[in-house]
Amino acid sequence: MYEGPVQDLIDELGRLPGVGPKSAQRIAFHLLAADPADIGKLQDALQKVKDGVVFCDVCGNVSAETTCRICRDPRRDPSVVCVVEEPKDVLAVERTREFKGRYHVLGGALDPLSGVGPDQLRIRQLLTRMSTRTDGQDITEIIIATDPNTEGEATATYLVRMLRDFPGLAVTRLASGLPMGGDLEFADELTLGRALSGRRSM
Amino acid sequence: MANLYRDTGVVLRVQKLGEADRIITLLTQRHGKLRAVAKGVRRTTSKFGARLEPFGHVDAQFYPGRTLDIVTQVQTLDAFGVGLVSDYQRYTAGCAVLETADRLAAEEGEPALRLYLLVTGALRALATTDRDPSLVLDAFLLRAMSFAGWAPAVDECARCGEAGPHRAFSVQGGGVMCDGCRPPGSSSPASDTLRLLAALLHGRWAVVDGVSPSARREASGLVAAHLQWHLERQLRSLPLVERRARVADD
Repeated sequence: MYEGPVQDLIDELGRLPGVGPKSAQRIAFHLLAADPADIGKLQDALQKVKDGVVFCDVCGNVSAETTCRICRDPRRDPSVVCVVEEPKDVLAVERTREFKGRYHVLGGALDPLSGVGPDQLRIRQLLTRMSTRTDGQDITEIIIATDPNTEGEATATYLVRMLRDFPGLAVTRLASGLPMGGDLEFADELTLGRALSGRRSM
Repeated sequence: MANLYRDTGVVLRVQKLGEADRIITLLTQRHGKLRAVAKGVRRTTSKFGARLEPFGHVDAQFYPGRTLDIVTQVQTLDAFGVGLVSDYQRYTAGCAVLETADRLAAEEGEPALRLYLLVTGALRALATTDRDPSLVLDAFLLRAMSFAGWAPAVDECARCGEAGPHRAFSVQGGGVMCDGCRPPGSSSPASDTLRLLAALLHGRWAVVDGVSPSARREASGLVAAHLQWHLERQLRSLPLVERRARVADD
């Protein structure tokens, strides 16, 4: 045990996800030896993340203003909406530079084992958004990009059930299958099965 | 590597651990409830792939670790998850099966073969048959409670043992009660509901299929109340189970 503020810092850092007691100690001593200007920048960033970040009124993504950068951008196609679980998934899709539509962040996936049902997610907001026109255009396609795991698939199934009654709406799901750069023999049965059922002609 | 051991089990729960690992809770055939670490399972290049997702029935190899054992190899026996996630009602019922099994198998490492067989049977029925998921769940809950020693009395009076049929049902009292023993505040369910409870407990599906939706709803309520009274805490998944009547296009 160290004395006073150093131990306090180690304890606080140790509560962060993925940081164990050894890592916490290493970070604490790094900060102790760091330049005061760098510490000031870290302090500012921590303060701003609590004070300055809000959730976008339209899509639920993290934002600096009431409407996020993507929802404000007139060059983005408002008729295609990609539904994701978390704000970090927006970044993952953005990195592909393939998608020019807009997003809707659910805030998680349906997970009854953790007590998360439809009311805990932003599903109602999605349905409200479906019935209002954005920039004079209706939503014509919903791309469901929830995680390809049990909870994500169940969320996708639920969303399809909720959205199937909207006339003229295409509901699509991200393809899943074999990762690039892998060997077929090491693919698990579920993934290989999905890859087979979702095969495409060439 | 002499300490390696192998067992078959159902994945009950997964929790994130560190950067890319998960703690997997399994209900196994020989070792009862088991918690083991699957290293790197969250990476897209993981050798485990989707095998260690909840509802997976797997044959796995473990290496004893200092605190938790380590999963070294996994092979899928039944992928119940595929059939369950394509139907939200079945998925929620399946989640309640997993959570109940997790709570009932309280001690890690204590063999629970009957519960394991019951869980695999219930998941198989939910994933591969057309039976009403709500009824499969209620049958599972009643039988799982009976293995734990908490089966509700459905024929004889729970207190004096007088042969039925009786009209009153008391959760605190342990099931149906005769007019002489019934405590104040006990409910008086329809006779069909009590008949359904007995049929679900003993697996008489011919009787179960002929019971009205209102009796099914009432029976589900009694089963849920009885279970939560004995577990002494609320199950998180149970209020989220969809108890609607099945429609043809689902």
